[in-house]
Amino acid sequence: MELYEFGVGQLAEAFEKGAASPSEALSSVLERIGELEGEVHAFLLTDEEGARKKAKEADGLWAAARKGGARPAPLAGVPYVLKDNICTNGIRTTCGSKMLEGFVPPYDATVAGKLSGSVLLGKSNMDEFAMGSSTENSAFGPTRNPWDTKAVPGGSSGGSAACVSAGFAPFALGSDTGGSIRQPASLCGVVGLKPTYGRVSRYGLVAFGSSLDQIGPFARSVEDAALVFEAISGHDPKDSTSSPRPVPDMRKACKKGVKGMRIGLPREYFAEGLDPEVKDLVMGAVEELSAGGAEIVEVSLPSSMYGLAAYYLAATAEASSNLARFDGIRYGFRAPGAKDVVSAMKKTRSHGFGDEVKRRIMLGTYVLSAGYYEAYYNKALKVRRVLKEEFDEAFGKCDAIAGPTTPEVAFRFGERTEHPLSMYMSDIYTITANLIGIPAISVPCGLSKGLPVGLQLAARAFDEETLFAAAAEVERGAGFAGRIPGRIGGASR
Amino acid sequence: MSWETVIGIEVHVELSTESKVFCGCRTKFGADPNTQVCPVCLGMPGVLPVLNRKAVEYCMKAALALNCEVSGRTKFDRKNYFYPDLPKAYQISQYDMPIGKNGWMDVEVDGKAKRIGIRRVHLEEETGKLIHAGDDITSAASSMIDFNRCGIPLIEIVSEADIRSADEARAYLVKLRSILLAIGVSDCKMEEGSMRCEANVSIRPEGSKEFGPLTEMKNIASFKAVYKAIEYESARQAKVLESGGEVRRQTRHWDDAKSETVFMRSKEQAHDYRYFPEPDLVPLEIDRGWTETVKASIPELPDQRKARYMADYGLAQREASLISDDTDLSGYFEKGLEAGAEAKALANWMTGELAAALNASGTEIASSKVGPAQMAELLGMVAGDEISGKTAKDVFAEVFLKGGSPRKMVEAMGLGQISGEEELRKAALAVIEANPGPSADYVSGKENAIMFLMGQLMKATKGRANPKVANQLLKQELDGRKKNV
Repeated sequence: MELYEFGVGQLAEAFEKGAASPSEALSSVLERIGELEGEVHAFLLTDEEGARKKAKEADGLWAAARKGGARPAPLAGVPYVLKDNICTNGIRTTCGSKMLEGFVPPYDATVAGKLSGSVLLGKSNMDEFAMGSSTENSAFGPTRNPWDTKAVPGGSSGGSAACVSAGFAPFALGSDTGGSIRQPASLCGVVGLKPTYGRVSRYGLVAFGSSLDQIGPFARSVEDAALVFEAISGHDPKDSTSSPRPVPDMRKACKKGVKGMRIGLPREYFAEGLDPEVKDLVMGAVEELSAGGAEIVEVSLPSSMYGLAAYYLAATAEASSNLARFDGIRYGFRAPGAKDVVSAMKKTRSHGFGDEVKRRIMLGTYVLSAGYYEAYYNKALKVRRVLKEEFDEAFGKCDAIAGPTTPEVAFRFGERTEHPLSMYMSDIYTITANLIGIPAISVPCGLSKGLPVGLQLAARAFDEETLFAAAAEVERGAGFAGRIPGRIGGASR
Repeated sequence: MSWETVIGIEVHVELSTESKVFCGCRTKFGADPNTQVCPVCLGMPGVLPVLNRKAVEYCMKAALALNCEVSGRTKFDRKNYFYPDLPKAYQISQYDMPIGKNGWMDVEVDGKAKRIGIRRVHLEEETGKLIHAGDDITSAASSMIDFNRCGIPLIEIVSEADIRSADEARAYLVKLRSILLAIGVSDCKMEEGSMRCEANVSIRPEGSKEFGPLTEMKNIASFKAVYKAIEYESARQAKVLESGGEVRRQTRHWDDAKSETVFMRSKEQAHDYRYFPEPDLVPLEIDRGWTETVKASIPELPDQRKARYMADYGLAQREASLISDDTDLSGYFEKGLEAGAEAKALANWMTGELAAALNASGTEIASSKVGPAQMAELLGMVAGDEISGKTAKDVFAEVFLKGGSPRKMVEAMGLGQISGEEELRKAALAVIEANPGPSADYVSGKENAIMFLMGQLMKATKGRANPKVANQLLKQELDGRKKNV
């Protein structure tokens, strides 16, 4: 087994025992990246020099620990990747947009600070400003799915998902506003967690929909995702919406099993639009849960169908405001040839943003306009309240809600770019968790036509423990942990 | 036709907190450009605001001092618009749940008390400052932005449309400033921009209950300008209506140099700010305990001051209110008292001689060369019969122009009152000598003639004669002559 195949926990253990050093692990992943990045295009930036320096520091820390020194942070020396909308001090952060082509933040996101002992390999590709479900909206070209390079990796955190799937890194961080971690995790066959809103600080995450955005981990096993989640969560005084609740031991939760757990299946999630093979694999995983001692109950979430509409009102409204600061005045791209300040702003925004971003800014601006606020934005808030009530009711009958993460496996490039609505549909199952702030995880449950299928589990707010326990059970049943596609690129060429 | 002016006033006041409202940057005035900034107040990508509780407290304090209800649950909203001095392209403000609402303030104009409603007091953030290499943003060759000011906490105080004249508007602003200074939440310096106001002016036929379309007036940089702008604007609207025209709702710019308002934009061109709740901040709960603590920290306010001046010093209602409503005047008054001035005389002089001189010369009381200590010295000399009231006025005028100590001025110019009997008797004899006719009149029983002789005596002594003593001596001399007849 090569070091690039090691998971987070396995690497930490190897470092601790001296079986491998962070520099050796780094060399292994860099070699892997060098070999396959041309096929995948998961990165917008790699920082080999910075990574080598950091790995060397970590070599010293682990060596000192073996001689009885202080134990380093659990993830010290473990290589990882950040989605390119997470700000990194001194390292370019573009959000996949021409607008921030040359933007180098003078500050770190809180999560980057929390992982300062780990080895940052680079910044991953994404749909521009996290708007999209395929990475096709990146201004710098799409990322390809390691399982089939003719298929999309999902999005918007497609680069992070592909990195972990391809063995470029044992973990990566992404952001999830409507499914942007879970959907690419599902399409790339890795574990992806969207934590409870408020669990992980948003400071330094370039905002898309501020009331929906949450940073979370990608990893090749549930336990690795749990380790990373523990490392990045907790209260942050710089984020007023972050929760002061303590974060329990998540690794323990992964070993807890599902005996006595009640798993709810919303009947609305298994209706039309769901690919039959995906459905079969999901139901197979549910049977595993049942075999593990969980009780399967049917629940109903009748307003789920309004989730997508509410989402595209709330998220675009917030986005129209959040993205207004990109005017070319202070940083980032500025279109040349403007006569005055108004034309400078107009030109910059016309040339700096891609079509999908413009579409959403226009939609969001309209939604907030005088005379329409009640009909749209406020209506979306009402839907969010109703959804919360329905989920509360469902969580009276069960501890976790299970279903498919997406209706279908990874689709082909260009298949949905002409039809924004069909693209939006890939988030139909993931969006509600963001609308009501609950945690949800996608865990691989098998392959359909050679492409991964993910099962989604959602739990009550701040109950990530239940998610990890159930997801670990699904993972044991599917035997998918640690899996990396055998051949990348060649298989489909 | 006779018109009634209807005015509502919006005031923005920068709070004097140590740090900004959503980040830890300093707020010192006059620092080098862009030296008090950080990623948060520069609105850089991914940063988040964290609310300064002191700013909330200052806003609560202002709201409570203006008799507002202070809300239990409040929240912040985004006000969206593009402008280079607004780095996030939205201002964090409060839309429908201000910290304070439904308050009032009493003012007194021409001896008449008037209650003006305070619609709301809310907290928001200040913008940056643009410096143009040219006249304005459209014609400038280039513009620079200083973000030091950006993110300083600001409160907006909105009055009801209860104000009916430029005089009332000025009284409202003077008292508002006085209250804010008393509670110490702002330095209220209009010249540094830490206090700014906008007036909404409309007119309607006297007796009408309907409101006319209003003009929103911007760029009013002093209390005097408020007065002038309101006078100008109500006259302008009256002229439009009287010539058969129609007043339209609009925003106008006050041009202080030309003393006129200039059209800026119509209602149709008004911004749609697309307010929505700020998702980066959680709703703010203000509990009773907090409100009570803040309330308890409010010191003496102008109304209480007025009551004290009337009770302790016996000032008349009008004087008391004039002095207590204006922080500068009450500060002067209290310093004058400390320096030993007698309260009633001080109040008299402040509202009489001093007010007239300040007005005529366009001087602020804070820079008056007759400061409270000089005033006390001058009044002390009058009270001690060292100088006459007439001399005091001359000395006042002189010191007001040139500065210095009134006592030294009196000494140097030999203006001290002549009370010495010997000297005055000499003067009296000289007057009698020089005016045999009137003297004979007096002696023959026409006692009124003494008035003329006194006048002559004062003239001869350049007003320095102690009138009481001089009068006595004149009578003595003339009465002596009666017996000799």
